[in-house]
Amino acid sequence: MAFRLQKEKELQDSMVQNLQRQLSEEEMFSFAEYNEEAGEKVDFTNYSYWRSTVQTFCRNKLAVTLLCVTIVLLLFTFIQPYLPGQYDPNKVNMDMMTFVAYRNVAPNSQFWFGTNVIGQDLWARIWAGTRNSLIIGFSVAMVEACVGILVGVLWGYVRKLDFIFTEIYNVLDNIPNTILLILISYILKPGMRTMIFAMSLTGWIQMARFIRNQILVIRDRDYNMASRCVGSSTKKIITKNLLPYLVSVIMLRIALSIPGAIGSEVFITYIGLGLPLEVPSLGQLINEGRSLMMNASLRYQLIIPTAVLSVITISFYVVGNAFSDAADPKNHM
Amino acid sequence: MIKYLCKRIARSLLTLVIILTVVFCLLRLMPIEGYFQNFDKLTETQIQVGLQEMGLTDPLPVQIVRFYGQLLQGDLGVSRVYRANVPVMDILADKIPLSIRLGSMSLLLALIVGLPMGGLMARFKGKFFDKFGTLFIVFIQAVPAAVYYLFIQMFGTELLGIKMTFDAEDWRSWILPVLSMSLGNIAYYGMWMRRYMVDESTKDYVRLAKAKGAGGSRITFRHIMRNAIVPLAQYIPTSFLNTVIGSIYIESLYSIPGMGGLLVDVIKRSDNTMVQAIVLLYATVGIIGLILGDILMVILDPRISLGKKAGGR
Repeated sequence: MAFRLQKEKELQDSMVQNLQRQLSEEEMFSFAEYNEEAGEKVDFTNYSYWRSTVQTFCRNKLAVTLLCVTIVLLLFTFIQPYLPGQYDPNKVNMDMMTFVAYRNVAPNSQFWFGTNVIGQDLWARIWAGTRNSLIIGFSVAMVEACVGILVGVLWGYVRKLDFIFTEIYNVLDNIPNTILLILISYILKPGMRTMIFAMSLTGWIQMARFIRNQILVIRDRDYNMASRCVGSSTKKIITKNLLPYLVSVIMLRIALSIPGAIGSEVFITYIGLGLPLEVPSLGQLINEGRSLMMNASLRYQLIIPTAVLSVITISFYVVGNAFSDAADPKNHM
Repeated sequence: MIKYLCKRIARSLLTLVIILTVVFCLLRLMPIEGYFQNFDKLTETQIQVGLQEMGLTDPLPVQIVRFYGQLLQGDLGVSRVYRANVPVMDILADKIPLSIRLGSMSLLLALIVGLPMGGLMARFKGKFFDKFGTLFIVFIQAVPAAVYYLFIQMFGTELLGIKMTFDAEDWRSWILPVLSMSLGNIAYYGMWMRRYMVDESTKDYVRLAKAKGAGGSRITFRHIMRNAIVPLAQYIPTSFLNTVIGSIYIESLYSIPGMGGLLVDVIKRSDNTMVQAIVLLYATVGIIGLILGDILMVILDPRISLGKKAGGR
């Protein structure tokens, strides 16, 4: 008690002293200067969302390594055709002396990954296939993201549309994709563009449903209610309140839909609706390798493409997860 | 509750009709070459006669009405191409039991392994078991199923010293298909179980249980698990009913004469009656699964009600 009294006394004294401090006439009657720098000091850190995201991401060593692997792979698939001494992925290689095709040659110094049944260079085919599969994966993910986010936001936010979209979802979800795929491959010419179109056509609805479920959770939170009360337009609430909140989950979903698309390309090829043979893809290579599985000495034709495929899908999966963790402000320092 | 269910079933029936009609129309857009095995050799009149016999020259609404008329009498029609003139019902009755047996065995395995795995991972969060389990889940989810199925078949059959093809009489040939089919579900149930358990474990009732002195395992399995299993329960009926669909990869890899791949097969061979029957089956199964899932959720968690307010699926 005595201590508190003493403290109080001290404080009072200092206040009185301050008041009584002799100020010059001039200083007393002029405006205090506004110091912008000092004003900013109140903000205790210079927090930036994206910088913190990158920082948090970089702390995950495995994800950074796999990101590097992905980027290197991506660049390499595009550079590879221009390197010296590469074979054409569709050329049937023959022995120049005897004119016999190099069939099923095991990996050696001439054909690094060996050749396939008809004598095409697997090294060239695998990188061309990886390139095509990645293009398909990225394109499908982009289309799905754009359409899915647009529809999903409307579905989740506008109550009147909820019933209609839910019915559309129920119907579309139950129509077998194979019917659509066959119809599309009948109407359009088989090729990369048709493939991307067909896969996006069935993929966006899942994305939209995912976004819708997320929007439903945060739609009626207090801050959105407040926004609505002060008269923000629907567009503003969606772009400024809802979507920024969902950045991390949306990024995760997009990152996962790339390996997903690559995987479903494998499936589509498997049921016999894949790309034409002169456009190699990972699904096609795996499928070719699968038919030779019984023969132990030819298994390299299956193992190499599956290894490349697994590296790509695992990388995207891990990087996507790490990025979405990093994009969540709760995990920022 | 009863009223809600009636309403919901009525709505589901409507959805079912829409689905069937859309599929029916889509099928009529298919190329007519598919209906004939030797299309190139047929003359124009032969094709017309063939189409007429199948009733494909009538206007679309007439065809649809005829289809629903037959359906209401419980007649799914006869297969045209897949097995000519055999009733669709008989073909399906041959195939469905096998797929269900395989599927439910693998699902049981997935539940028996997956749920405790997720539980243990949450219990020892950050420890070795958790890390090991996460590695497994990442691998299974990231690598396309087609790839690891192949390797399981390739090395599994060598290891067990059995043939690659399936033989319903030999129990050993069931092991690999069931195992491969369950891996995806093990990862799925493990992942969500862990996630929900971790979410639950920060809640107040867990702190109370800890404060009154309940042991770690008791809290995990008696208190948290009961709550964590509720959101998962919704998927379990759907998963069980979906075993009817079978697995296209597994069944074709091991040459199992089940439902998997049947749909793709009959679509490619333009066997329209088969496609319609199978789509009807799948859609019904999916819708019933959702309803049963909601009911199971209500049973497990008395706080949830399917009344007016909560019924907004």
